[in-house]
Amino acid sequence: MKKEVLSLLVDNNSGVLTRITSLFGRRGFNIDSLTVSTTDDPKTSRITIVVHDDETVLEQIKKQTQRLEETQAIFSLDSAQSLLRELLLVKVEADEASRSAIREISDIYHAKIIDLSHGSMVMELTGEPEKIDGFLDVLSPYAIIEMCRTGITAMERGGLHDHKKQTAQ
Amino acid sequence: MILTGSEIFTEVLLEEGVDTIFGYPGGSVLNLYDALYKYSDKITHIMTAHEQGAAHAADGFARATGKTGVVLATSGPGATNLVTGIATAYMDSVPMVAITGNVGTSLIGRDSFQEVYIAGITMPITKHNFVVRSVDELADILRSAFRIAQTGRKGPVLVDIPKDVTSAKTEYTKKSPMPIPKAPQPTDEEIARAANIINYTQRPIIYFGGGVTSSEAGDELRQFMEKAQIPATYTMMAAGVLGYGEPLNLGLIGMHGNRTTNRAVNDADLVIAIGARFSDRVALNADNFAKNATIIQIDIDPSEVNKNVMVEYSLVGDVKEILTRLIPEIKETKHTEWIGRIQSWQACDYRPKDDSTRIKPHQLMGKICEAAGKDAVYVTDVGQHQLWATQYVRHIRARSFITSGGLGTMGFGYGAAIGAKIAVGDKRPVIHITGDGSFHMNLNEACTAVSYNVPVITIIMNNTVLGMVRQWQTSFYGKRYSSTDPHRKTDYVKLADGFGLKGYHCENMKQFEAALNEALALNAPAWIECVIDKDEKVLPMIPSGGTIDDIMMD
Repeated sequence: MKKEVLSLLVDNNSGVLTRITSLFGRRGFNIDSLTVSTTDDPKTSRITIVVHDDETVLEQIKKQTQRLEETQAIFSLDSAQSLLRELLLVKVEADEASRSAIREISDIYHAKIIDLSHGSMVMELTGEPEKIDGFLDVLSPYAIIEMCRTGITAMERGGLHDHKKQTAQ
Repeated sequence: MILTGSEIFTEVLLEEGVDTIFGYPGGSVLNLYDALYKYSDKITHIMTAHEQGAAHAADGFARATGKTGVVLATSGPGATNLVTGIATAYMDSVPMVAITGNVGTSLIGRDSFQEVYIAGITMPITKHNFVVRSVDELADILRSAFRIAQTGRKGPVLVDIPKDVTSAKTEYTKKSPMPIPKAPQPTDEEIARAANIINYTQRPIIYFGGGVTSSEAGDELRQFMEKAQIPATYTMMAAGVLGYGEPLNLGLIGMHGNRTTNRAVNDADLVIAIGARFSDRVALNADNFAKNATIIQIDIDPSEVNKNVMVEYSLVGDVKEILTRLIPEIKETKHTEWIGRIQSWQACDYRPKDDSTRIKPHQLMGKICEAAGKDAVYVTDVGQHQLWATQYVRHIRARSFITSGGLGTMGFGYGAAIGAKIAVGDKRPVIHITGDGSFHMNLNEACTAVSYNVPVITIIMNNTVLGMVRQWQTSFYGKRYSSTDPHRKTDYVKLADGFGLKGYHCENMKQFEAALNEALALNAPAWIECVIDKDEKVLPMIPSGGTIDDIMMD
């Protein structure tokens, strides 16, 4: 099993996300996370999908997705050459006794405290998925009330990339 | 020129060279039908009994000609009735444009009368689909639909048009059809490398499928085979590309292919797969398929490479172009020893026995071919009769054996035969071979054949049971015949009479010969019911997941 971060450039049409996820569902490809938004070009959306599967299945995923009429480009992001980021919101139980300890942990991870009430705190953290995993691990002794992660969004380091050409390869 | 959406629809059909469409009217497509009324001298509309029949007819029309088939249906049930027909075309890569009406845009999403989200329903069974939101985008969407249907690996495209778009007006300018984008081309090095593999193997075999027909590459395939003396086997989708008597033609591969053919694939040191997709009816056991061979795959669809069977080498692009480039690179060879070895196995192949008292499937097919002649087009339904037709029809011409290979759609035949007959015209007889099970599914299309006097001859192989399912119950389920004997009392002759066509009942070959000759002379639709023993099997057979060692000969 190999984890792969796929970046897709697709036509920004209604239904395009359904088309992609329907394809994944039909072919039995499992999605770990998925993010989507428009790009600087309003006609194009960027979808970042994290999947893990055998090499051959990953190859099929890419080819099948490429076949869709609205797929402009699909390419794998090599984690060493790419910037992977995720946003976390986490709400933990916090009374006066635990508040300062949680604050200390948050400071170490550069998480922002964005809400405080009598019994709880909400933190916001952006970073690589591993950093978020680490933060959640350290918070685990505290009672987590609610948590959500956006899933990975990513792009390559460095200058210009001809994504159409990357796809062809 | 300012036109309504409906007029633009008909104009774009004319731009694309469409002169025949199949369909069924209804509330949401009233405007489109009004335009068809106005354009009736340029576009013939064939109204079927059921939208499914219309979809299969458009499919049969496309398979017989290579042109894009067009089907039109109303919203809601009209659209959902197309689904099986679209899925059938998708599985066999048949170019088709399906047009559905929908309720007006202001009613969409409100569960209005006859509203259904057909774009969502057909997403996994179309190459692409469109919902037209404004009349201004209608012409270009329709043009794109035709382009997509014919680009690369062909297939169906659906365009859903809300009713208000069909009445709204906009400026229309006539355009020529969009050019079909060129398929990718392998590099010269890639071609040379493939040729090198071909030149240095001792026991090569070609396994080809429907892609050869889509690419119209029959002649190139033959040149390729003859130059290097490579024997070839084909899938059901490619029956007819090679003539049945050609010396290097080993016949059908797979579940019901010859023992020799399957053994040759098993023993080969090179398999050249051309326009074929290693389906589970061919590569019955994907891990052991051609286990002694290097596999070279030639296909236009890159996603077919390493999908079902892992291959060592692939050339992605148009089959015809690739073969044309490969032919000069391969050496003239003989492969005498290999071909001799294959021929020595043929003595042990399954041979059905003749019978003068009953109708035997192989004798029936022989007689049909004799009477119908070399120009005939054969259309089948799905089941035992389909396999018998694949095995025993003397195929000699591409696009002349029309069958639902991938989806295996019972009820495909009648509509498809009507579409094929309309496509090929008076000179070529169309023989629809069906079984009593499949026939009961869509026999309603008899009225279409009668209304438009489409002289399709339907041969109903009546064994009174669902023969293929029953055969599996015999072989694998201890003869527990669960729901395969419906005890139907259908009188086919009377029923034919009721529809207004001629029906025949035959119990032996003599009666059949007389009936068929009479039916061929009628120049009108006819049915010929042939009584077949319900214990007849399709043989040989390699069970699902099996290998050549598991072949069943009785």
